[in-house]
Amino acid sequence: MTVREIAKILDAELITGESLLDTDLAAACGADLMSDVMAFVKDGVVLLTGLVNPQAIRTADLMDIRVVVFVRGKHPSKDMVAEATSNGMALLATDYTMFVACGRLYEAGLRSSGTRAPRAS
Amino acid sequence: MTLHYDVPGDDMSLAGKASTEVKRALSRLGVNPAELKRVAVAMYEAEMNMVIHAGGGVANATIEPDKVTVVLEDSGPGIQDLDMAMQEGFSTAPERMRELGFGAGMGLPNMKRNSDYLDIDTEPGRGTRVTIVVRLGTPTGPDA
Repeated sequence: MTVREIAKILDAELITGESLLDTDLAAACGADLMSDVMAFVKDGVVLLTGLVNPQAIRTADLMDIRVVVFVRGKHPSKDMVAEATSNGMALLATDYTMFVACGRLYEAGLRSSGTRAPRAS
Repeated sequence: MTLHYDVPGDDMSLAGKASTEVKRALSRLGVNPAELKRVAVAMYEAEMNMVIHAGGGVANATIEPDKVTVVLEDSGPGIQDLDMAMQEGFSTAPERMRELGFGAGMGLPNMKRNSDYLDIDTEPGRGTRVTIVVRLGTPTGPDA
């Protein structure tokens, strides 16, 4: 599913990252706690989050997640947008709640989630 | 080469910067993305812990051709019960930190999962020193 399709399904505004609109994504991760994001591994992931602070951008960047959707009508600050833009990331914002946003993407065919990383021994 | 960072404890807008910079440096040296991600995640969790619990500290990342060693040191309150802290879901993060997106109780487990060697030297009231080693399997650039 491309970023363009995700934006349409979520009635989302693209805040930055126009060049990624045709990027294909294979899985989604919905989380507000960043360590939970880091416990999952998958390439080509879109992150849906209600967490709007620089750590959301940094966590995504560290995990090679290039696309972040802010849910519940939240918008990132100018500094966050600048950091994401310089990282080459796309940011989107939707008014849908986390539950509905995830549900809409799932219904539209984005069914894969992140894979749980092996448990620490 | 060794990269040194002072991690401030009072400015959340900077929290995670050191890990981001180490990731950039490793990327420039040509370290493969999977190994790079392991270093980044383990260090980021340790860095955030230092900010959240210990009022900041110092971080040193030593990059060698076959491994990356990250040592993070603080003079914070130390970890009361290391065994409990290693359990997934166990967290002592205060409510204000949960609101910032931390306190999932995955910090130490994520460090363990992403490092080849992890040592946590801690004593209540004295501070904590975390040593993370990630081995690099693919050749790095000539500057490594």
